[in-house]
Amino acid sequence: MSMAQIPNLIPALPELFMAMVAMALLMLGVFQKAGVEGGEAKTSKMISYLSVVTLLLALLLTATVSSVPGTTFGGMFVVDPFSVYFKVMVLFASAISIIMAQQYLQTQGIARFEFAILILFATIGMLMMISANNLISLYLGLEMQSLSLYVIATFQRDDTRSTEAGLKYFVLGAVASGMLLYGSSLIYGFTGTTDFQALASLFHDSQGHAPSVGLIVGIVFIMAGLAFKVSAVPFHMWTPDVYEGAPTPVAAFFSVAPKIAALALFLRVMIGPFGDLAAQWQQIVIFISVASMILGAFAAINQTNIKRMMAYSSIGHVGYALIGLAVGNEAGVRGVMIYLAIYLFMNLGAFACILTMRRGDRMVEDISDLAGLSKTNPMLALALTIFMFSMAGIPPLAGFFGKLYIFLAAIEVELYALAIIGVLSSVVASYYYVRIIKVMYFDDVTEPLNKAVGKELGSVLAVTAIVIVFFIVYPGPVLNGAAAAAAALFAG
Amino acid sequence: MSHFPILSLLTFLPLVGAVFILSIRGTEEVVARNARHVALWASVITFLLSLYLWFAFDPTTAAFQFVEKAEWMPEFGINYHMGVDGISILFVLLTTLLTPVCVLSSWESVTTRVKEYMVSFLIMETMMIGMFSALDLVVFYIFFEAVLIPMFLIIGVWGGPRRVYAAFKFFLFTLAGSVLMLLAILAMYFDAGTTDMPALMAHSFPKGMQNWLWLAFFASFAVKVPMWPVHTWLPDAHVEAPTAGSVILAGVLLKFGGYGFLRFSLPMFPLATVEFTPLIYTLSIIAVIYTSLVALAQEDMKKLIAYSSVAHMGFVTIGTFTLTIQGIEGAIYQMLSHGIVSAALFLIVGVVYDRIHSRDIASYGGLVHRMPAYGLIFMLMMLASVGLPGTGGFIGEFLVLVGVFQVNSWVAAFAALGVILGAAYMLYLYRRVIFGQLTKESLKNILDLSPREILVFAPLVILVLWMGVYPSSFLDFMHASVNNLISQVEVARAAAESAVLAGH
Repeated sequence: MSMAQIPNLIPALPELFMAMVAMALLMLGVFQKAGVEGGEAKTSKMISYLSVVTLLLALLLTATVSSVPGTTFGGMFVVDPFSVYFKVMVLFASAISIIMAQQYLQTQGIARFEFAILILFATIGMLMMISANNLISLYLGLEMQSLSLYVIATFQRDDTRSTEAGLKYFVLGAVASGMLLYGSSLIYGFTGTTDFQALASLFHDSQGHAPSVGLIVGIVFIMAGLAFKVSAVPFHMWTPDVYEGAPTPVAAFFSVAPKIAALALFLRVMIGPFGDLAAQWQQIVIFISVASMILGAFAAINQTNIKRMMAYSSIGHVGYALIGLAVGNEAGVRGVMIYLAIYLFMNLGAFACILTMRRGDRMVEDISDLAGLSKTNPMLALALTIFMFSMAGIPPLAGFFGKLYIFLAAIEVELYALAIIGVLSSVVASYYYVRIIKVMYFDDVTEPLNKAVGKELGSVLAVTAIVIVFFIVYPGPVLNGAAAAAAALFAG
Repeated sequence: MSHFPILSLLTFLPLVGAVFILSIRGTEEVVARNARHVALWASVITFLLSLYLWFAFDPTTAAFQFVEKAEWMPEFGINYHMGVDGISILFVLLTTLLTPVCVLSSWESVTTRVKEYMVSFLIMETMMIGMFSALDLVVFYIFFEAVLIPMFLIIGVWGGPRRVYAAFKFFLFTLAGSVLMLLAILAMYFDAGTTDMPALMAHSFPKGMQNWLWLAFFASFAVKVPMWPVHTWLPDAHVEAPTAGSVILAGVLLKFGGYGFLRFSLPMFPLATVEFTPLIYTLSIIAVIYTSLVALAQEDMKKLIAYSSVAHMGFVTIGTFTLTIQGIEGAIYQMLSHGIVSAALFLIVGVVYDRIHSRDIASYGGLVHRMPAYGLIFMLMMLASVGLPGTGGFIGEFLVLVGVFQVNSWVAAFAALGVILGAAYMLYLYRRVIFGQLTKESLKNILDLSPREILVFAPLVILVLWMGVYPSSFLDFMHASVNNLISQVEVARAAAESAVLAGH
């Protein structure tokens, strides 16, 4: 094989680096001495921190060496400011998720090194998704991610709820993947290409002609598959069960990294190849956005389990993010990107709070268990209050700005009905966020939770809370980054 | 910006105090004592600094003064822009005056979680001052909404038995109103290309759009004022809130709505304002008469005063929409005097509530025998609320009635009826609480005002009399700005009319 045939590897360097390190770490983990008292936990800890370092190095690579725009692997893999922005978020989310999981894994007796490795592999899949520039590479990335996620969901394999969650996720996820693949094959059948650029120019040239029905059906199938992955209504049913059943750090991970990656994919696919068919798909996006916001707001009200509540909350947040896609222009995409960056921090913070909810050596996850937290652990209560008010979108916290830019985009293109439904459902949603604050501040302590928060969770909480509170003072970096990234998506 | 950033200093000084309180460590008692002192000092210093505004303000111009401007989100053209004019300056002063009063009044009555309580109050002061001095719509909205957080906690944590219900009702009502305003703000941003308030006042929005924008802002301000029929959160919130919470709620938060009408609805949507004036009149008259009758039937002192607030704010909205100089100045004056009088009335209820923990009118009677000083202050504030000449309440109501009489004598007649009803329920309350024989066992040993309480009431008493006897010292601040406001509306109307004529 001559040198000329080897594709340019620089754009994919973070992925390649992570894949190799992940395999090396797998070996390292397997060949550690077994049988020693506490050896497994120690190995897990070591591999976990090495994985965090790997993720951070990959983040560094993404932001420096591999940030030069371009494509490689015959146009299947693309790097642009859009992909860099999302990759940074995903890598950060994965790294924090591993850090947050440590304490839980240790105390629940499931500290096995495979956890971090699986997250690494899932993250590689997500990076592939974000950089996908072809229906084939899209599918490969998505499946790599999904298969790792199915396994992580069942990580607490002695627990029936966890295995049930994993199985449910697997079966439904496989159906969604099938739909996506079927949609891709229809599109290939009707256009003769799977390349995003080729598809885009094809649709651009044939503007004015009505697209064929088969093509529309194909797009709808792809959208259904993607809606499943981002857990948008009506493909959301798995979310509450999986969040509730899966180990809490896994739910925390699910609520950020895969969701952000899938939304990136959603944006790229709809705006890139199918951008000129916006008239065909915009109605569908508006519908799933409205349905997600409303369901996310109303279904969460009656939840007693905080993880289920967070699941519905995440469905609602996806609904808001999809407003940006429904808008379908640069401002809309910028809105989504700002929204997701803020969502990342507040969701990680909220889950870090949930991970501290222990009584004795037992994890508890009912909302009522938080009763009187403001008296027993005021700092933790303050942090969770910040996250909840932020999720409800109350200024001056960051969550308000996420919504502001989304609605700004919607008003600009005169999607007034969508914006009004959005703000009103945010009022309904604020009820259950504020209810958490009510439980912590207004109710009396029944049985106090453990006071110890732990080093890892404490630092995650501090960082996320500071970001949420002080976003207002210096919003520049996120706004500029998102603006540049959104511009890149529309340049091609 | 060459001058000293006094408005930012005023706005964020309480926040610094709050951060300072948060950093206090030690036993609960030490923390509580230090928190009280820091809060008092922070709010008193803020008040003293705010007096600089009083002396340095130039009342001859309608322009915004003490202006500060800094880039904040340049890619959207949104700036941190602050400034005050004759309409807002007195509200800033009202806020800085009432906050130390609140802190002092809860000196002994709040004993649990004092640190959090004082932090909430200082944060709220920051938000309130910021709200009144913001000159950018987004900045305004942030301050306007952020008030919800501390107020929700104050009602919910330190409130009465039904505090949770009241806190949620307050939170959800106000939030539902203001999110629509947010959308309107965004729509204005796209029409005018800026969120800068002085620029927006000069911009003329299309007629059809003005109506929608006006309604969206109305949704928010009507809840805040509150106007009938969205006033129902107010009695609940007042009854359940701790005394100082009620004081700040009645004294300052209710003014957000009236201030909003003056600052946004009138100058920015003049055509819609004219169109919707009958709606405002109708709702206000219903508010004045209906809530006065409701107040007459109340058994709970705080609830009675809460309903009287709705009635008094009805005068404010009537006066605002008369678009006459007397009406608008009367509305502002009424807001200021109501801010002081209702604050004082809630403090008055708080005094006896602290002693025997009952707000039922029936559990009092004959207090004058044991508490003469209390009876005197109560009488003064009661008469001010009724609108007796010589008190601030009279000037406000009188000016509003003069204004509205020029425009619509029927509205004036109904509003005047409200004055009579106001006298009825206040005098009836006073008779039942203060006069009569002191027969109840629980009242036999009740003590008169303590020096601290007298200190709390002193500034309010002085102000009520000052406002009643020499209103010019306050009205002079407003003239230029109010005249300017009215001429803005007139110009817009004239322009629209000539456009219609040209079209024929």
